Amino acid sequence: MKMSRRTMLHGTAGLATAAALSAPARAAEPIRLGLLTVKTGPLASGGLDMERALTMFLKERDNTLSGRKVELIVADTAGAPATARTKTQELVEKNDVHCLMGPLAAFEALAIDDYIREKKIPVLGVAAAEDVTQRKPNPWLVRGTSSSAQCAHPMGEYCAKELKYKTMITIGDDIAYGHEMTAGFQRVFEENGGKIVQKLFAPLTAPDYGTYISQLKEADAIFIGFAGSNGFRFLRQFNEYGLQAKLIPVGGMTALDEAVLRNMGDEALGIVTTCWYSAELDNPANQKFAPAFRAENKYDPGFYAAATYVEGAVLEAALKSIDGKIEDKPAFMAALRATKTDTVRGPVRFDEFGNVIGNVYIRKVTRKEGRLVNSVIKTYPDVSQFWTYDQKAFLANPVYSRDWPPAKNLSN
Amino acid sequence: MQFWVAQTLNSLAFGGLLFLLSSGFSLIFGLMRLANLTHGALFMLGAYIGAYLMRAFPGTSLWMAALASGIAVAVFGGLLERFVLRRLAGNALGQVLLTLGIAFIISDGCLLVFGGDPIPLSTPHWLARPVFLWGFIFPAYRLAVVVLAVFAALGLHILLDRTRLGAMIRAGVDDMAMARAVGIPVSAIFTLVFCLGSAIAGAGGVLAGPILSAYPGLDGDMLPLALIVVILGGVGSITGAFVGSFIIGAIYTFGIALLPDLAYVILFLPMILVIAIRPNGLFGRMAV
Repeated sequence: MKMSRRTMLHGTAGLATAAALSAPARAAEPIRLGLLTVKTGPLASGGLDMERALTMFLKERDNTLSGRKVELIVADTAGAPATARTKTQELVEKNDVHCLMGPLAAFEALAIDDYIREKKIPVLGVAAAEDVTQRKPNPWLVRGTSSSAQCAHPMGEYCAKELKYKTMITIGDDIAYGHEMTAGFQRVFEENGGKIVQKLFAPLTAPDYGTYISQLKEADAIFIGFAGSNGFRFLRQFNEYGLQAKLIPVGGMTALDEAVLRNMGDEALGIVTTCWYSAELDNPANQKFAPAFRAENKYDPGFYAAATYVEGAVLEAALKSIDGKIEDKPAFMAALRATKTDTVRGPVRFDEFGNVIGNVYIRKVTRKEGRLVNSVIKTYPDVSQFWTYDQKAFLANPVYSRDWPPAKNLSN
Repeated sequence: MQFWVAQTLNSLAFGGLLFLLSSGFSLIFGLMRLANLTHGALFMLGAYIGAYLMRAFPGTSLWMAALASGIAVAVFGGLLERFVLRRLAGNALGQVLLTLGIAFIISDGCLLVFGGDPIPLSTPHWLARPVFLWGFIFPAYRLAVVVLAVFAALGLHILLDRTRLGAMIRAGVDDMAMARAVGIPVSAIFTLVFCLGSAIAGAGGVLAGPILSAYPGLDGDMLPLALIVVILGGVGSITGAFVGSFIIGAIYTFGIALLPDLAYVILFLPMILVIAIRPNGLFGRMAV
């Protein structure tokens, strides 16, 4: 007797397809958007922000894009690759989604990569893994956030040219994300005359960084390539050892995210980081988004909130250009990749691999109205994942890793 | 030279932290033959309660927070033992599975209540500054953790080896049936030990807070460490947990510093050796 809403929906969806070809009938069928995010476990902080921002984006548009209702189906991957795969399958085969957003982490994105190719599901990606838009491009992906090293490249130049650091240390999580980000940083920093004198990677679940901190050599500054709460814990311990006076910390795009800043104190003041977003950006879209998000959640939006909000804007623009006809997958995919639109991170467009070309911001932690914020101090406009390199030459190199590019200036 | 001194201090500090984590685990494991997989979650719960208290009532010192959190987690542990685990008495595997499930519930409960962001616990003011030891800089609080671990070990040692209650607990560990037969209230002692173990975990979570912070996933990071220490040191032995903690602390610290590529396995190598050569751990006794 019990008829769930979903069966009901399937029923009506069936009817709608039956009446298929007349346009008004099709408009009645909602667009089904699947969000792969993390709502439980260590990555949940970012994952919940992804859901909140996307829900907000849709609510502001009355859950309607290009005249069609949007039905959001949220799946919790728990930050586990195997679960991400199962949930993707569920979204595609059971919920019959038209397109996917997410997942959060690179190892999740890699776990669903084959399946996406096989099922040909358009994906608006968030995770940063380099090769899904480089040497093994997935034709069904657009990524409105960035590749792992996309924001690290300009930071390398900034550290060498503007901050005039001569010698630096890099430290990051011992996962692909950490390797790729620090490698990109190292490459640009060294090509601009700097020297990386020490490279350290700590296991993702390292309980304590004391051992690493005691090993740090003499250098002008240290680049922090951690994700999630690791950067936060590292910095606290770094200060505990009294090192902030000797070695200047600078960070990658997830080291001092707004999500972490709200739990930090004066020790964060003045630290320079790089990212494709800051809650402080003064473009019109963000001037609406950031205060609204803050009003609703009592804290500033960061990397993950901005990620789905940007992807939402990309989806909206693409749907508009094809008049909402999301069922024609090749046309929808082409529209996504051809999208040029203004978002909360500034203007975005995509390269031939579906990776974003957009601004990268160098930010500095300052205090404003009593809270810590990432103030933008320099904008690198229209940064591509290939930075200033020739695309062919870039792709002929191996993917960034622990050992590539080789570090030639390590001191003993 | 500087390398060895600095890393020795690091390994001592990490060992102290491990003892605060694992002594309660060892105590419960020894008496109740129960691998209490909620232990990591209780440690995290303690850290969160401490962080919450210090935020909600400014001026609460870390020590007060540790005390309050220890009591709160002890009560929680007591209720857990009395009303949940007790129902599966005699079914060891069922109990282990149950503790794992409860660990998941606690960790998601913490996420729900405290949110997903890391929350720092502030270091007491007079320990916040790094100290200079023979020309080396070292965080004062980490030295304090070593001192705290030594005091905790002494306290537990006195409790177990010098008091009547300790004698009863040891009797329970060695031969439960005989202890019952001579009139020791083993059932009440079970609850008491569970409370005590939980209290150490809760207070330990707070005391480790200035170093580790309270963050989602702390439970999962910590539980394997407690298991490793107890397997190495021997089940139910406080001496074992103490020695095990500092051995693991040293292996971890020097292993990572000297062989960074082995960071992932370095902790498990000694475990394999111990299991192969002394299956009961360095100080473990054969259970009767």
